[in-house]
Amino acid sequence: MLHRLTLSELTQRIARRECSAVEALESCLAQIDRVDGQVKAFLSVDREDARAQAAAADKEIAAGRSSAEKPLLGVPVALKDVLAHKGQPLNCGSRILGKFVSPYDATVVTHMKDAGAVVFGRLNMDEFAMGSSTENSAFHTTLNPWDTTRIPGGSSGGCAASVSAGECFASIGSDTGGSIRQPAALCGCVGVKPTYGRVSRFGLVAFASSLDQIGPFTRDVRDAALLTQVLSGYDRRDSTSIPQAVPSYVGSLTGDLRGMKIGLVKEFMVGGLDPEVDAAVTAAVRQIQSLGAEVVEVSLPHSEYAVATYYIIATAEASANLARFDGIRYGARVDGADPMELNSRTRGAGFGPEVKRRIILGTYVLSSGYYDAYYLRAQKVRTLIRNDFLNAFEKVDAIVSPTTPTAAFKVGEKAADPLQMYLSDIFTISCNLAGICGMSLPCGFTASPKLPIGLQILGKPFGEETMFRLAHAYEQSTGWHRERCPVG
Amino acid sequence: MEYEAVIGLETHVQLKTRSKMWCGCANQFGAPPNTHVCPVCLGLPGVLPVVNDEALRLTALTGLMLNSKISAHAKFDRKNYFYPDSAKNYQITQYDRPSTEGGWFEFEYDGAGSLDGLARVKITRAHLEEDVGKNVHFDRFSGVDFNRAGVPLLEIVSEPDLTSSAMAYEYLTSLTAALVREGVSDCDMEKGMVRCDVNVSVRPKGSQKLGAKVEIKNMNTFSGVRRALDYEIPRQMAVVAAGGAIPQETRRWDELAGITETMRSKEDAHDYRYFPEPDLMPFVPVDEWMNSVRSRLVEMPLALKKRLIREYGIPAGDAEVLTNDWPLADYFERAVRGAKNSKGVANWVINNLRARLVQRGCGLEDMRFPISGIGELVELVDSGRVSSKIAQEVFEQMFERGESPAAIVEHKGLSQVSDVGAIEEFCREVIVGNPKSAEDFRAGKPAALNFLKGQVMKLSKGKANPGMAGAVLERLLRG
Repeated sequence: MLHRLTLSELTQRIARRECSAVEALESCLAQIDRVDGQVKAFLSVDREDARAQAAAADKEIAAGRSSAEKPLLGVPVALKDVLAHKGQPLNCGSRILGKFVSPYDATVVTHMKDAGAVVFGRLNMDEFAMGSSTENSAFHTTLNPWDTTRIPGGSSGGCAASVSAGECFASIGSDTGGSIRQPAALCGCVGVKPTYGRVSRFGLVAFASSLDQIGPFTRDVRDAALLTQVLSGYDRRDSTSIPQAVPSYVGSLTGDLRGMKIGLVKEFMVGGLDPEVDAAVTAAVRQIQSLGAEVVEVSLPHSEYAVATYYIIATAEASANLARFDGIRYGARVDGADPMELNSRTRGAGFGPEVKRRIILGTYVLSSGYYDAYYLRAQKVRTLIRNDFLNAFEKVDAIVSPTTPTAAFKVGEKAADPLQMYLSDIFTISCNLAGICGMSLPCGFTASPKLPIGLQILGKPFGEETMFRLAHAYEQSTGWHRERCPVG
Repeated sequence: MEYEAVIGLETHVQLKTRSKMWCGCANQFGAPPNTHVCPVCLGLPGVLPVVNDEALRLTALTGLMLNSKISAHAKFDRKNYFYPDSAKNYQITQYDRPSTEGGWFEFEYDGAGSLDGLARVKITRAHLEEDVGKNVHFDRFSGVDFNRAGVPLLEIVSEPDLTSSAMAYEYLTSLTAALVREGVSDCDMEKGMVRCDVNVSVRPKGSQKLGAKVEIKNMNTFSGVRRALDYEIPRQMAVVAAGGAIPQETRRWDELAGITETMRSKEDAHDYRYFPEPDLMPFVPVDEWMNSVRSRLVEMPLALKKRLIREYGIPAGDAEVLTNDWPLADYFERAVRGAKNSKGVANWVINNLRARLVQRGCGLEDMRFPISGIGELVELVDSGRVSSKIAQEVFEQMFERGESPAAIVEHKGLSQVSDVGAIEEFCREVIVGNPKSAEDFRAGKPAALNFLKGQVMKLSKGKANPGMAGAVLERLLRG
């Protein structure tokens, strides 16, 4: 049952020559054959290319290359359909890109290949990362491997479902308002949104440029720390990446929480929280306390404006970012009598309803006469939200909260009500507005049906080490991460 | 009532950088379509822009040239609009925090609004943006060439200080000459490196209130700007004089018909939905960077011209020619060092050296004769050692063989003959050989003397001192 191992367990086995990279990949492909008909995490898998990469990794291993040089040597890692992978389709869960094949690699793909990973597959997502359930994918809805009548979360639903279902050892997604942490929570895996500027966005198809960040999905915290380390670093092709050395995140996993101060956000303790989620998070906080950390209350007074602020800034940026999909140079095209008609017909047919809704909203908030009232004001509130966090981090080293207000909901349950859907991101959104780091890890299950519950940890800007240390110590003192879903 | 025109210009120039504004593709005109392109300038999904530092430097240099304030905090913005030649359907530009603000530009102009042959136009700003691709239309379809997409473009916005088409023309000519001189842009009109939007309104003479602004877009020749204004200004004045009102609108210039026509009215104006470019950080120039830009600033054409006249006493026309050909001016300044007759040197540099260079299609760097050569040649003529005719021959030798004039005169024996005895011998021979002309002169036809003089020069192979030859001939004929 190779496919059930964590990434670190796999690399150890490969290092001891107990299994090969090809075997590791084949275990994933076999698991995809077995379960992806139910889970539907993948949009496509180029098996030939993946097998060639795995065979090449085995050759390197045979030649004596060690995982000390290439920490992901022979590890199959899958990609969200929003990341450019040379020679592979790039659709962003949308019809509008048609048969587009990326002619280049995203910087994170280069980093992973350099680290020896077998990069394969295109994972399903909400169209252009807009959504919280994958129901906005133009192709199909991915289902939660814990209960296939439920959504896996989104937008990186395919990433979370594939890792939980054992179809890959890790996956790489993107998080604009919770798109990594929310599905990680709902599928019972670990998901990390690094600090803005920590990971290069070059090759990530932009939804909201000032909020987007790439991060990993894994089965435990050690794997998450390792992958974050591989993905991180300054990239001259991304002017918003920050030239700051990448520390050893794996090295920060000391298990020691003594002297650490943890904040609970006063404004997050509101109604609407599912009692089982509440109980699991409360228990997790007690557990963290028992490990030697001090827990105090902190205030983020502008929290209530986070969702509104987010939907102004994110949609404004999206309205410009998505303007390039016009059918002129690449992707699907619906012809018209003139370029303008071609453009509107292509976009009319190519984008789904949620994407159109957000483009229209974003266009509106930037339009002449409304800019000051919406976009400019939202930017000011954003600064206040960031300052709230920076003030809180004067007092504490990290903040913990639920990742989501409820466990995974049923397919179709919120699809008709965008606002309800938006509110499922209430705990995750402000992290992106503030540009800080955050992650989600399992902290329990609901009773019946058995569904994962996620604990969110928020860290200071470039405070990943502390965040991972806390997550790791907590995880190791519980057994939640060892639970496997029915199809896993 | 008398009316006056109020004109402001937005001049777009392509910057002279090796690579494009946001990527490493070559900034090069004339390549086959879509050969200087990459994922970034094609706007493929997932790419990000990275600012070209040289473009920022050339922008700051322009700011210094225009006496502008260089912003301590410049940022980029997105200007949103759909057009097939745009790779991203937004243009990255500078909206409310341009790289340079304010300033002025002085140029030669003799007309209304000038003082002592000079005019000064205030500059609003110069901001950096990116060029778009080029649409190409075929029989049944259109194509887009993205080689030009992402080429750095500097937009220099003037205040509405211009008052006539002639003044606008002079402003554009002088401004682009200065930009070429500073190495900011090649400003090659043929290659579309300069484009211009013209804002023009009219108002009763002396009024302070501006009339409704008409914008004439996408002018790509200066003569076009002049002609468009020569059409548009009287058109507006006629409307206003007849009691009508000019609506604020955008017009296009029809080069063939020689008229402007409505493109879109104010109501149809684009809402560009500007907002800060989130993919780029604001640019804050540090002192060291600014100093290195400042050190690149060279003397502007007008300043050079004024100085050439003042320092060397050469005629304004010659100074103008030299100013318009900076390497030649530089050559002149080096050649004239130590020469007594700077006017003579200027004359030779302009009328002989330049002409030969053009004729031969070679450059100053190909000249092998010493830099002091022309000065020495002028000195040989001025001292009477060679005739100006022989001097031409000496110059040819200098040009071809790279030798100094003294050496050429020496070994070819080209020194002018000023010996009275030798000249008398030539003259006697000519008079004997041309009895008819000698008779004509004696009969009172002075023109015959010129013919005889020519024969003397011919006989002496040009070496006879022409002044002496004339005097000796006259003496012999009358005697």
